[in-house]
Amino acid sequence: MELILLFISAAIINNFVLSYFLGICPFLGVSKKIDAAFSMGLAVIFVMSITSVISWLVNHLILIPFHLEILQYVVFILVIASLVQFVEMVIKKISPPLYRALGIFLPLITTNCAILGLALFISLREYSFIQGLVFGLGASVGFTLALVIMAGIREELETADIPESLKGAGITLIVAGILSLAFMGFAGLI
Amino acid sequence: MKKGTPAFEFAKGLWNDNPVLVQLLGMCPTLAVTTTVVNGLAMALATSFVLIMSSLMVSTFRKWIPGSVRIASYIVIIASFVTLADRFLAAYFYDISKALGPFIPLIIVNCIILGRQEAFSSKNTVKMSLLDAMGMSLGFLIALVLLSSFREILGYGTWFGIKLMPAFFKPWVIMIMPPGAFFMLGIILGVSGVIKNRANKGVV
Repeated sequence: MELILLFISAAIINNFVLSYFLGICPFLGVSKKIDAAFSMGLAVIFVMSITSVISWLVNHLILIPFHLEILQYVVFILVIASLVQFVEMVIKKISPPLYRALGIFLPLITTNCAILGLALFISLREYSFIQGLVFGLGASVGFTLALVIMAGIREELETADIPESLKGAGITLIVAGILSLAFMGFAGLI
Repeated sequence: MKKGTPAFEFAKGLWNDNPVLVQLLGMCPTLAVTTTVVNGLAMALATSFVLIMSSLMVSTFRKWIPGSVRIASYIVIIASFVTLADRFLAAYFYDISKALGPFIPLIIVNCIILGRQEAFSSKNTVKMSLLDAMGMSLGFLIALVLLSSFREILGYGTWFGIKLMPAFFKPWVIMIMPPGAFFMLGIILGVSGVIKNRANKGVV
């Protein structure tokens, strides 16, 4: 039960994009088409679940026993960068269709602050292994949800009559604000 | 101003190529920590430190860093300076460090820093890279202070903790919550768009 609550809280109430502002760059960049947004979301779910496992293991089996917590940031970012590279190679080898679908989004994920944010949150809040995994899954599902909803709205915006100077990022941010307001309504859920 | 002169490389970050308002980089910290001016300023200064030091390192070693591992090298350099900044803030400014929380380590993935290393410091002299980094830092600082000023004044009725608004003013709580950040930045981008469009028409 506690794990279900953790999942819902990470996915909806404390949505990474709309309440922690993590992963805003892909949120603004890859939210023009629903298809692309969905593929990006899948890639993020994939990488984030692996990251939550690996970063927990690295933190608890290497950094803490050897008192190397000061190196945490350097190690985490290197682990994430190499992990993304590794995942990319594995997918390319195992499933070429999946690679074609996710291909260009994988390198983008390295600089996605949501991934590093996830690793930091798991270590900061001292989650257990299972909690960390559930938190990672919830956060990435929430990211995908926000991204796909945003893409749906932006497809409609294409035909809307928007003031010249608000076109592009301006109107996207204002829409994101409204979306964020809507997600705040879930706060009473838990 | 001509491209390539020291003055140009410094000034472009302030307005024409402002990292936040024009290039739309580094949005995560911009939106997340600008609830008060103090937080925004601390974030901007920490980012400036990391950006300037990383540009110095990268431009100094640009001839020795092999092309194929350059991104990884930049990230290690950036992450080291972020660790320094994080420890420094935790030791001397504990309250600010507490308020910014995980957003200090997240400076590592601030695309402004990596972007400047890849686009500028890896190809230019130390002097030019420093000027470029300082200009970009100042541009980031301007954007953050602007956004956090509006949010603090409307959300708390204060600026730098000093009471500004008259007693009958009811703070707009929404401004210090996440949606307020999106709205305010959207409006600021819109206004800067209007100014730019006017300026462009003036030239033509």
